[in-house]
This record gives sequence, C-alpha cells and structure tokens, in this order.
Amino acid sequence: MKTPDPAPRLDLAAIRARLNGARGQQYWRSLDEISETPEFKEMLQREFPNGASEWDDGVSRRSFLKMAAASLALAGLTACTKQPVREILPYVKQPEELVPGEPLFYATSMPLGGYATGVLAKSREGHPIKVDGNPEHPASRGASSIWMQASILDLYDPDRSQAFTHDGEISTWSDFIAELNEIAREQQTQHGAGLRFLTETITSPTLAAQLDALLKKFPQAKLHQFDAISRDNVREGARVAFGELVETQHRFDKAAVILSLESDFLYTHPQRLRYTRDFTDGRRVSGGKQEMNRLYVIESTPSVTGAMADHRLPLGSGEIEKVARRIASRFGIAANSASDTQDPQLESWVSAVVGDLEKNRGKSIIIAGESQPPMVHALCHLLNDKLGNVGNTLFYTEPAEFRPTNQLESLRELVQEMNSGAVQTLFILGGNPVFSAPVDFDFPAALPKVKRSIYLATDFDETAALCTWHIPQAHYLESWGDGKSFDGTVTLQQPLIEPLYGGKTAFEILGILFRQQPIRDDYENVREYWQSQKPGPDFKTQWRRAVHDGFIAGTALPEKKPGLKTEAITAALNSNKSGGAELELVFRPDPSVWDGRFANNGWLQECARPVTKLTWDNAVLVSPALAQRNQLTTDDVVELEFNGRKLRGPVWVQPGQAENTVALQLGYGRSRVGRVGRGVGFNSYLLRDSQSLWRSAGLKITRLNDRQHLVATQTHHNLHSPERQIYREGSLEEFRSDTQFVKKSLDQPANEDTLYNTDEYKYEGYKWGMSIDLTTCIGCNACLLACNAENNIPVVGKEQVNKNREMYWIRIDTYYKGPLDNPEFSHMPVPCMQCEHAPCELVCPVEATVHDHEGLNLQIYNRCVGTRFCSNNCPYKVRRFNFLWYADYKTPSFKPMYNPDVTVRWRGVMEKCTYCIQRISRARITAEKENRLIREGEIQTACQQACPASAIVFGDLNTPGSKVAALKTNPLDYAMLGELNTRPRTTYLAKLRNPNSEIENKPTASS
Amino acid sequence: METIQGSEPRLPAPDKPYPVTVLGYPAEMIGPTATYAKVSEQVAGIPLKHPNPKFWFIGFTIAFSLFLMLCGAVSYLIYRGVGIWGINIPVAWGFAITNFVWWIGIGHAGTFISAILLLLHQKWRTTINRFTEAMTLFAVMCAGLFPLLHLGRPWVFFWLLPYPDTMSLWPQFRSPLVWDVFAVSTYFLVSLMFWYLGVMPDLATVRDKAKTKWKKIIYGMCCMGWRGSAVHWQRHQTAYLLLGGLATPLVLSVHSVVSFDFSVAQLPGWHSTLFPPYFVAGAIYSGFAMVLNLLIPIRRIYGLQNLITTRTLNNMACVTLATCWMVVYGYIMEAFTAWYSGDPFEKHMMWDRAFGAYGWVFWILMLLNCVIPQLLWSRRVRTHDIALFFVALSANIGMWIERFVIVVQSLHNDFVPSSWAMYIPTKWDWITLFGSIGLFLMLQFLFIRYVPMISISESRELIAQRKEGQL
Repeated sequence: MKTPDPAPRLDLAAIRARLNGARGQQYWRSLDEISETPEFKEMLQREFPNGASEWDDGVSRRSFLKMAAASLALAGLTACTKQPVREILPYVKQPEELVPGEPLFYATSMPLGGYATGVLAKSREGHPIKVDGNPEHPASRGASSIWMQASILDLYDPDRSQAFTHDGEISTWSDFIAELNEIAREQQTQHGAGLRFLTETITSPTLAAQLDALLKKFPQAKLHQFDAISRDNVREGARVAFGELVETQHRFDKAAVILSLESDFLYTHPQRLRYTRDFTDGRRVSGGKQEMNRLYVIESTPSVTGAMADHRLPLGSGEIEKVARRIASRFGIAANSASDTQDPQLESWVSAVVGDLEKNRGKSIIIAGESQPPMVHALCHLLNDKLGNVGNTLFYTEPAEFRPTNQLESLRELVQEMNSGAVQTLFILGGNPVFSAPVDFDFPAALPKVKRSIYLATDFDETAALCTWHIPQAHYLESWGDGKSFDGTVTLQQPLIEPLYGGKTAFEILGILFRQQPIRDDYENVREYWQSQKPGPDFKTQWRRAVHDGFIAGTALPEKKPGLKTEAITAALNSNKSGGAELELVFRPDPSVWDGRFANNGWLQECARPVTKLTWDNAVLVSPALAQRNQLTTDDVVELEFNGRKLRGPVWVQPGQAENTVALQLGYGRSRVGRVGRGVGFNSYLLRDSQSLWRSAGLKITRLNDRQHLVATQTHHNLHSPERQIYREGSLEEFRSDTQFVKKSLDQPANEDTLYNTDEYKYEGYKWGMSIDLTTCIGCNACLLACNAENNIPVVGKEQVNKNREMYWIRIDTYYKGPLDNPEFSHMPVPCMQCEHAPCELVCPVEATVHDHEGLNLQIYNRCVGTRFCSNNCPYKVRRFNFLWYADYKTPSFKPMYNPDVTVRWRGVMEKCTYCIQRISRARITAEKENRLIREGEIQTACQQACPASAIVFGDLNTPGSKVAALKTNPLDYAMLGELNTRPRTTYLAKLRNPNSEIENKPTASS
Repeated sequence: METIQGSEPRLPAPDKPYPVTVLGYPAEMIGPTATYAKVSEQVAGIPLKHPNPKFWFIGFTIAFSLFLMLCGAVSYLIYRGVGIWGINIPVAWGFAITNFVWWIGIGHAGTFISAILLLLHQKWRTTINRFTEAMTLFAVMCAGLFPLLHLGRPWVFFWLLPYPDTMSLWPQFRSPLVWDVFAVSTYFLVSLMFWYLGVMPDLATVRDKAKTKWKKIIYGMCCMGWRGSAVHWQRHQTAYLLLGGLATPLVLSVHSVVSFDFSVAQLPGWHSTLFPPYFVAGAIYSGFAMVLNLLIPIRRIYGLQNLITTRTLNNMACVTLATCWMVVYGYIMEAFTAWYSGDPFEKHMMWDRAFGAYGWVFWILMLLNCVIPQLLWSRRVRTHDIALFFVALSANIGMWIERFVIVVQSLHNDFVPSSWAMYIPTKWDWITLFGSIGLFLMLQFLFIRYVPMISISESRELIAQRKEGQL
C-alpha cells in the first residue's frame, strides 16, 4: 500500500460543464478521460507504482500455480480422466459413436440459483472441455451465460474440496454413511424433531420427492431454503397481487414497449438467456422490418439491461416505487401518489412513458426487479393487467420451484431454532450460508450450537469450516441429476466424467437418510424417481430419449389464470411510506462472481465486468454527483457506516449511477476460498442485514486517508472524438428517413483507389467474414468467456491486467455518450478484424502472421519469435502477447481441460482471434470427406455460438444467401477505422436506438 | 595565408603563441611541439606503460559492475520472459527498442568522422578517428544486443537470417526488421574492418616499442606481420580509402533503415516520410555528443591536449550544433505535418505528445535537445571543455529521450481509445539500459588500455604535412 497522499480531486463540475458545452456526438470512455485536468494527469502517473516489478506483488498468479501443482502432487492425484462408472465406453470395443479425436456432445444441465439451464457439453477422449447452450432447450436456445462457460474451469479447479472431513479430520464416505444411519436411528425415535434441512432454491423433481418422503418419515423435521440472491420480493409481490404464488413468464419478442423497474432481465433474471434472445429479436432491424422495441429502464445503478435502454432514468432504488405509483395513478389506479413531491422533469418523463404504454396496449411489458419491494411487483401485475398485456406479452404459471417460500423468513426461523438448541442435526445442501446469510442473523454464531451439522459443497468454504461434517459435492458435469428451468421444463443432468475428487450428491445423502439399504448412487436415485413417475414398458426408451435430449419436451408449466386482487393491492399501497432523501445503499449480485460461489474462478474474476470494466475487485460504486459532494475519486478508500456496522472499500465513480445511491456487489472478500479468490475485494455481506437485503437508506460514507488501486481493462483514456471512425450509431428515425446515414458519415476509400492491381487476388473459394450487430449486443461477456474456453486462453492475474496484459482475444469496449449523470452506453465487441490488407502481416520479419487463400489472417505460433511489431502496427490492438509463462502447463487437473484442437501457447509468442480456425478445419474435413462444400451455418465461432443476443454472425461471404453476406449489404454495415483501408472482414452493424421523441435525454432533475 | 584543399586559413595572432583561424580559434590541429618520436611515445605509451592506473581501475570497476548487472538482467530476462519489462499491449516496444535506436545512432558519429570526413579531407578528424571508430564498434555491439533481447523467444533469433533451413523458410523481406538485420550486421562488419585496418600500423608500433616478450608476441600477432614497407603502406592506403568509400553510404543508410522500423508502420507518430533524414541527423547529433563526452575526460586524464586540440573540440561542437538544428527542423516539421494533414489521429498524437500523459517527457526533451545545445553558439562554450562536456551530455540524454518519446508515446495513444495505456519502465528496464552503458564503457576502457587510441601514423602524417607547410 502506498503512503496515503492527499488524493487529487476530479473537478466534476468542470466535467459537467464541459459535457454540457459539447456539441454533436461526443463519446467518452470514463471519468478520467473527460477530466483532463493537470491534477488528473498527475494522478494518472502516480497511480501506477513507478518501477514496480512483477515480483513485488505478494503472491503472484505464477507462484499460486506452483503451489497448486505442489498441493496436487501431495494429494496424490495422478490422473484426472476417470471415466464415469456408468455407460463407460471403452475404446477396445470401439463403439460406433466414439472416434478418437472426434468430440462427443452430451446434453446435460447446469443449475444456478436453483434453475436448470440445458447445456451441451463437449467431451474429448472422455473429458469435458466446453459447455455451450443446448439449442433445443427453451431456457437456453443455444446461448450461454458467462457462468456456463466458466463452469468448466470450476470442474477442474484444483482448489475444490477433495476430502470428507469430520470435525476437521479427514474422514471417509463409509464413516459418513455410518453417521447417517446413526442420525436416522436417532431421529426416528423423536420423529425428526431435531432434524433440519437448509437448501438453496430447489427445482429438482428427484430431490423434491426425496425431501417430501423424508419429511413424511420424520414429520417434525423442517425444510428451510435460502439463496443470497433470492427472489423473495417477486414471490411476495405475486402473493399480494394474486393471493397465491405464481410466476410471470414474459414474451419480450412480442413487446413493443418495455418498462423495467430495476429489473436486470437480460443478465440476472433466471430466464436471462431466453429473455435476451427474445428481447434482441424484437430489437433487430433487418430486411424489410423497420420496427424495434423500446426499452425504458429506471434503476439506481447501471446494469446490463440499463445499458441497453433507449431511455434510462437513474433513480434511487427507494424512489422507484413512487414512480411506479405515479404511472399506476395515470392508469386510473388509486395508487396514493398525490402526496409525493412533484418533479416537473420526472413528470414529463413519466408522461412520455405512460403515453407510449397507452399507445401500445397489449404490446408492452412492465417488469420489476428482484431488488424492488413486493408492492412494486404487485403494481406491475396490476398495470400489465390494465394494459391488456396478460395473455399477450406475458402469462402466468405455477412456480417451477419446490415449495416456494419466503426464504428470508425461512432462514430467520431456522436461526432462531438453532440458537434455542432445537436443532440437533442440520443438513446444509450447498449455498455457503455462513458467508452469505444476513449479518444480523449471525449464522456463524448459531451454527456451532447445532450438534451435528453436515455440509455438502464443492469447496471447503466458510460454512464447511464451521460444520462438523463436510462432504465434497460432485460438480454438475460429474453427477446425475435433474432440475427444472424457469418455465418448468424438466431438464436432465448426466455426468461426462467420474467425480474427480470423489464428490457426492444430495441425492445420495438424502437417499441413505431415507432408506438405509441398499445404498443408491446418484444415477440410481434419479432413474428410480423417474421410473416411479413414468412406469411402463417403454420407460427405458423414454429415459434414453430424455437423457439424450437433456430435457423432456412439453413439460413447460401450463398457463394459469390467477385472479388479480386489485383492492388488496391498492389497500396495501395506502399503507406505504415514502423514503427520504438520505443516502441509500443497494446490494447487487456481482456480474462475475454472482453471490460469491464463483470467487475462485479465474476466468470470471478476470473478465471485465459489464459497464464498470473492473476486474479482480469489487468497489463502492458512487455517482459522480455524490463523489463531487463528498470529495471522492476512484480508488479512494471509504468507510461505509450502516446500522452501526462498518466496512471499508475503494470507491469507483460510476457515471449513470443515481445520485444518492451507493452500490455494493456481493460475493467478494471470501475468507475461506481457493487461491484465486483469496484477498480479492471486500465482503459486502458484512453490511447486508435482513432489513436491507437489497436496499436501505441511512448510509454514512467517510473518506479515509488511503487509496487502493482498482484495476479496470479500460480506464485511463482520453477523449474519443467522433472523427475517429470507431463507433457509429443513430436513431431509428434517422434510419427510416435515410437508410444510408451511416455510410454517409464515413470516409472509406473505394477498393479501386489504389495503384496496385485490384484483381491481384480474388477469393474464389471460401471467403470468411463476420458481422457484429451493435444494436443487439448487450455486453454480457458470454462471447469473451466462450472464446476463453474454446481457445485455451490463460488467466494472467490482477497485477498483469493492471499492466494491460490481459489475454482475452475478444474484448468488449464500452463507450459513454452524453451527460455524466445519465449517459448512454454503447458496447462494442472487438475480435481480430481479419483485415484483407492486414497491417500486421507485412511487418513480421519471420512470416509468422500470414494471409490464407480464404482471407484469414493466420498466426503461426511456432514460427513467431515475438518481435511484437505486428501488435504495434495493428490499429485495432487486438493482438495479445504472452509476456510471461501465462499458460499453465503444470497443474495436472488443468491438463484435461484444454481444447486439444488448439495450441496452448507458450511464452514470448503473439496470439489473437483466429475465427476459431479449428472449427473451420473440422467442418472442412467433414465436407471434403462427403465431397461437398461447407454448408451455411455449419461453422459457428465460439463467440457466435455463445451470444445470447445472436449479435455475432460468421460465415462464408461467397456462399450465396449466407446470413453474413446478407448482413454485409445491410445499409448499417460499416468497417471500424475503415478509412485506414485495412478492409476488415469483421464489420459492424451500427447501433440503432429507438428514443421517444417526447423525452430529451437530460440529467435527472436532482442535479 | 596560403591554403590548400582541406586545410583552413592560418593567421598569425599577435597575442597568442599559435596561429588562429579567421574566427580566432586556435588553428592548430596538432600541438606545436609534437614530433614524430613524441607522438609515438605518447600514444603507444598508454597501452604499454598504463599511465594514470587509478583512474582506469576505478572507471573500469564501475563499468564492469554495470556490465555484471546487465548479465544478471539478461539472465533473468531469458529465464522469465520480456514481461519483466514494463511493456504491454499497446506499448509493445519500450526501452529495448529505444536503447537500440539510441546506440545505433551513437555509432554513427564514428563512421561519419572516419569515412565522410576522410573523403572530405577534413584533417582535424585525424586525431580522433581511431577513438570514434572504436566507439562505433562498441555502440553497435550494445545496439545489436537489444533487438535480440527484446524478442519473445530470443533463442530463435536466427530465423531472421536467410539461411537454408529444412523447411525452406525465409525471412519475410517486406519487414523492416529484416532490413535491420542486414543494415546492422553490414554496419558492424564494415566498421570492424575499417577500424582494424586503421589500427594495424599502430599495433606494429606498439609491438616495436614493447619491452616484454608476451606483449611483443600478442601485439605482433594482432598487427598481422606489419613491417611498414612501402607496399604495405600503399595497399593499406588503398584499402582504407575503399573501405571509407564503402562506409560512407552506410552512415546514411543504416539509420534510414532503422527509421523504417517506425515509418513503415501506419501508427500516427511513426508513419512519416521525414523519418530517414531526421533519424540520420539525430544519429550524428547524438554520436558527436557521445564522442565529446568520452574524449573530454580522456583528453584531460591522459594529457592529450596537444593531439586533440581545442580546435578539434570546436569543430566537433560546430557539427553538433548543425545537426541539432536539423533535428529541431525535424521536430517542427513533424508538428507541422500533423497539423497540416488534418488527420485526427496525427493531430491527437501531436497534442498528446506535448500535453498528454508523457508531455513532461517531451518538454524535457525540448529543453535538453533544442534549448541547451544553443549554448554552442558561444565560442567560449565551444572552446571550454567542461562546458562542452555538459552540453554534450544534455544532447546525449535528450536524444535518448527523443527515441523514447517516438517509441512509447506514439504507441500509448493510437487509434482506438479503449486500448490506450501507459508504459511504466520497471527496474529491469533501467538495469538493462545502464547495464548496456556499462558494457559500452567497459569495452571503451579495455580499448584505451590495450590499443593506441589515437592513430599514431596519421598523427605523424599531420606533423609531416605541417613541416611541409601544408597544414
């Protein structure tokens, strides 16, 4: 830590003035860049530790990996490619479907937040190497989230828990079985009075059946559920509105106007992938379609969804209810909004939104976020009903969850019982409640009061340390299971590999507890359940079909028509009190580590968070106005005081944040975690009590005389003038009046403007190209992590990212435009442009980067000597250099993770996006064997495959009717920095926004 | 006031014991009391008798320590990789390339003095050419080190050479880095031959004067059996002139090629037609500054004022000032072109150069390279060796900073703002830079200790010419 010095202040007032005075389109990247004050520049220089050497920074990633290797050696682990016991396919028999060197794909499912998403896992020679969405599965449609892509690293994580422990001593499965039998005997006599189960949200039918049976066998036992990122507000909102628990299923593809009240439905919603696909389908302007949906977002801290908004209103999380009531009252609902203060600017915003909703009756969606109180959800139900949206753009179903409950109350009750000594045996099935339970419950203190606590988890974490028994949990790629997706579709989970560390599943534990003999494994448990559900002679066929497909088609929950209790809602509204203007604190799941469960995942830690672009850290997000008022700058360490609890963390000034909102991401500062997550960030749960799960007012913020450097992949940048032909955007109106408006703003040399022979080389065979749609890109990082998994891209660590040496082949640039308090956000994924006139190629002295006959710009790793001239001459700076030994060759458990089709690059070699050339080669081989050309759609690059927004399209430009060729003729198509005449094969479709002409995008009234 | 080609007018000065030039400088290229015997004794005496050993040992120890640091830094570099330096993406070239260009530039003064001034019959070069040629060699050695070390995989550097490998792979001849290989290796070989040819007769003199057996044997072997016969001299002179002719284009071509490393790229701040002449002028500028920095202390310590006269210093100072202005012209044109082009990237680059994050470096560069050398307009500064030393030092550091600004500042703010980043040198960058200076000085010390550092034969020629009244 550097000696604290008087931190230079950003003159936010001057920045604001400057932005207000700016004419035309002006993009800015960060607060740094628009400040341009001498103090800032001074700070910029001081921010970096001068002369810092890479070995000065504590435990480096490299030494970590050394330790990882050593610890594995000690653990006696020698090989990791153990095949699952069931359905093993030995090579000697050479089963038809398994050819060495050919990948096999298995449909399985990934659980997160209780809900299952269907995935296709790719296996090579018996080890899973990549996870992608299952195109058939309704919750995925082939798309991926970053967590799906990164889950492969979790599987091979050498820091996963590898042993049963009992009172801190290493134990065995058979000892544990004995213990389970003992528990069963003991609880049998007292009807399970001392028996409690604490689980996360459950959708698994098998687990549900097991728990049902157990609760029947032990009638006095109780089930509690708790998820740190819970959907309690959604459930309670439905309960208020309908008197029962129902789930809302939205159809964003059918909506013309969407109003989100702090709902991040594109990123944190359980149905995120499907919703993204639907939302972007409704947004894409192509062919003759000149319509796009319009998104209004009111939120306190910028989210992925907020960044996509046509009109975004930064508003304190506690103020949003007032706006909701205001909107409701416009629709004739007695929403008791008269007492709220009138704010003319807000009023005009609301009027415009109401007008738009009015015009689009039956074609709109109003959705509230998990962080909003139940009343807002209830109002949304009411409004959707009023607008005639129910049955059109949304419908209701039963919840897919097993025994949906108010999880906060459920946990509160459990903790009370634990403290009173009523709980003798507690099964905690995942979730890490010691870390994530509300701080006022003091779960860590209550847990030791339980005689026997049994904890099943993949990691030996904070909870494991306090439990009497810890059982290593099998990863979802290691075990059988089932679950339901958000819409209720039953999704099956099959393993691709035998548990690497002998992990067990909840099915096995509960199975033994319920029925001691014979001991059934996860497969038997799951299969037995389904057999009992679908008895009959054709069960075997059905089972094979379901396992093969990964889900049972047609099991989505049927539509339900619950009765709306309008009076109950309005009555509840009347009792509501309005929040004050004090500082509010909001909690958000981290865009990368979620609730903390992914804290030991290097890929997720290193990928730049959407919007902030922070890596390897969380931060106290404050608004520019608040920063100005309290004399704060990014990197200042502040003390937050809330309800008598104190927490320290570095500040990140986030444009677009609501003025009086301070946002904290959860999941960092883990105290018991593997080596990757250790010492990363601060623990926001320490301020999160049961009264303020999402939001609470009354925060005090004090600047301390200390600084902590936050590392973002894009910060220290200067003004980006529109003269630079990088980002192009316009409004739908502009596009309608002149479809060529993008082309007109460019200065692109014609192909004929050359002294050389333009016919020198014609691409007559395949001609690969890519098109990236900036309108639909939501900036979710899925492409980045898919690329990472596909191409064996190493993690470099915080200190190397700080030196701008991150290795990701595709990056997502985020630009801001407009006022500081409420800017517009623009995302731009940047892979290698595969230029036809590639500047990198002619400067390489050893011909390590060359052009092929299909227009690919190839990088030949084993020829590269590492002069780095190619990178210097690349105007897009998409080349990545392996400055140190970044790839991990040593850790045994990582070896089976690497994609065998892609070289693991060594030190001193340049690398970059290849358009997934290994996939092109594979398709070419298949096509040539069949004596045909590669078909359209046969090759998908990893980024394209993962993209939930279908924003990336790759293909052959010479195939008539190919999707990418059509997109290149789209009037919105433009080349980034086209004036340099590099003739990139990757081009962009300019971003279209669909603003409401009645709203002028101005700073909020408060500033 | 008779003059012949290549000499300058000599006027009698009433108040001085020696003749002066039109402008009033000492006109002597060689001390008035120098005789054949004295020159031989004085110059050959340094390697043979090792006068002033304390200075030598202290100096050599410092240089050698720095050299050992370089060895350590290079070992660690090969062990860990170029990531120990501050380079990153976008600034993929840092100190290594800066040092390379700087050292190559320094070498240029030697070739300029020995080849171009030889062909131009500038006799004042006679007493300094040996020393500067040696400096060229050592500077090129230091320079040559960096392109190798900066490679990600230095052990396969030979892939840049056109050799018949089993895969029939050749270097990529469109890349300026390949041109560099040829330019620098040619330069080194020609410089080496030129220098060795020149030093041969003097090694024979040392052999003849040597008192001990081993010295006789070693120097005898090194002078390759030189007997000083007329045939030897005739062939020597022919070869010397020929090599001089060969070296002359190299003065212009080598640094032009080095400048292509930048100007061929399309990066704003690099992509400029101005670069070749601008780099050559800068090279000669920094080279002369380095010669002054080395010669001024040595001249004092070994009492060589009678051979390296004030007039010689003055002439060198004049060349320094002239090249300084060429460089200044380069700076002005660079800014002008950026403005005149209307290119947003070029304009931003120029703005950022002066007022961006590295702005302070730029203004130090302006001070050291453009402002301080203007002191050389003053005759008193030019003829005052200590003042001259510091002005030269300023130009030397300034030229290093200029290379740094070109390499680093242009890269750190290029086309796409999202990729912009700072380059901060690490301690390994600094150790390598100072280590290379250590290597250079170490070689320089070995040279003055074991080889006659002033051309005895050519100095004696000067005396002869003076006797014949041709000087």
